Amino acid sequence: MARTIIPFGPQHPVLPEPLHLKLVVEDEIVREAIPALGYVHRGLEKLAEIRDFHQMIQIVERVCGICSMVHSLCYCQGIEEMMGIEVPERAKYLRTIWSELHRMHSHLLWLGLFADAFGFESLFMQFWRIRERIMDINEATTGSRVIVSVNVVGGVRQDLTPEQCSWILTELAQAEKEIKSIQSTILTDYTVCKRTQGVGVLSKEQAYELGAAGPTLRGSGVAQDMRQLKYAAFDKIDFETVVETAGDSYARSKVRFREAVQSIDLVRAAIAGLPQGDLAAPFKGNPEGEIITRVEQPRGECMYYMKGNGTKFLERVRIRTPTFANIPPLLAMLPGLELADVPVVVLSIDPCISCTER
Amino acid sequence: MKEITMETIVGEVSMLKSAGQRLVTLSCTELDADNFDIIYTFDKELVLTHLRVTIPKGTSCPSISGVYFTSLLVENEIQDQFGLMFDGLILDFGRTLYLDEEITTIPLCNNTKAMTVKK
Repeated sequence: MARTIIPFGPQHPVLPEPLHLKLVVEDEIVREAIPALGYVHRGLEKLAEIRDFHQMIQIVERVCGICSMVHSLCYCQGIEEMMGIEVPERAKYLRTIWSELHRMHSHLLWLGLFADAFGFESLFMQFWRIRERIMDINEATTGSRVIVSVNVVGGVRQDLTPEQCSWILTELAQAEKEIKSIQSTILTDYTVCKRTQGVGVLSKEQAYELGAAGPTLRGSGVAQDMRQLKYAAFDKIDFETVVETAGDSYARSKVRFREAVQSIDLVRAAIAGLPQGDLAAPFKGNPEGEIITRVEQPRGECMYYMKGNGTKFLERVRIRTPTFANIPPLLAMLPGLELADVPVVVLSIDPCISCTER
Repeated sequence: MKEITMETIVGEVSMLKSAGQRLVTLSCTELDADNFDIIYTFDKELVLTHLRVTIPKGTSCPSISGVYFTSLLVENEIQDQFGLMFDGLILDFGRTLYLDEEITTIPLCNNTKAMTVKK
């Protein structure tokens, strides 16, 4: 059989970010996949040398627009732990609310793109229409739709008024109704099932051994979610990890769908339990020592390693993003697939090249 | 954080894999003018385990990609950003995972120049 190398990307219709894969195919069956990165690498870790630890919050938010809030949350938690800062309870709840709103809009964005990957344009638009409600909440409560810049070391800079909380609950109720109205389409439609079930299977053992993260890991039956570490207000809010066991593209999309719905409940619980108090704890000094901190981004586990030397500049900021962890599992999923399934499977890990090329 | 030596990296990592640990990542830092510091981070049931090794500049570090396939990207990234080379990498981009071949400045290593670009 003739072997051919087909270049997949860096520019292609379903993924608006430059990822290139060299696909070695035999009769349209993928035998091997070799990734090529570096089209948009920005060297954000390098900026720690010339931006102080407060300014770095704005830098890490730009690692990924979609997960901006969760990146700054992870960074701030690390600095706070290094400096022994006790974050006020209200700030922890507010962080939880905004980070779950980010998870919702990220998953809704992805569900739309996923539908678009196999040509389901109307479903794509339905998900993005619902997502606009969440973006409106972000804009109304923080002044910005995507990079919300609410986190500061010690807490948050924005508060929610009772009227805003009430309005958020109304919007979420409507969003939940709309999401559930298309639940049967995304989860039972013939086209969706045909293109996703049994496609790009990653076993539980493979997912664990290859270091998969987030819905890619949980879609393969591993119940691991960094929110189990009880950061922010997750120690006060009941939370059950969403797990699917099939390990295919369908299971990964189902995990994201269920998590988007679950986030609505988590925001409701956080608003219901929102305590009174300060927004941020005052502190003095500069970070010193080493810290490794983890949070659950929409795409999975995000890890920051930081090293401070007592000056206002950190010696090292290392960011391990979920997509970076999910590329080796993707390389294991692709061999054996038909070429036409590659875009769907690539999209099924929710690749964020912005994160990968930080 | 357990301190290990360059000679025992692969053995230590293999033992952790046998114990069911999942590799999270490697974090490299330039310690001083002569040494790098690598922290290998593993996870099992949300508990992290770390191995720390100091690598003198100019030497090659043994790759763990034969034990943990998933380390191949991060080891290639360290090659790009610190100029620290890994022996036995399963898929070696030769310092061009993120960087173009013509770039000879090592980004995270005080702007020192790379000796050669491996083809």
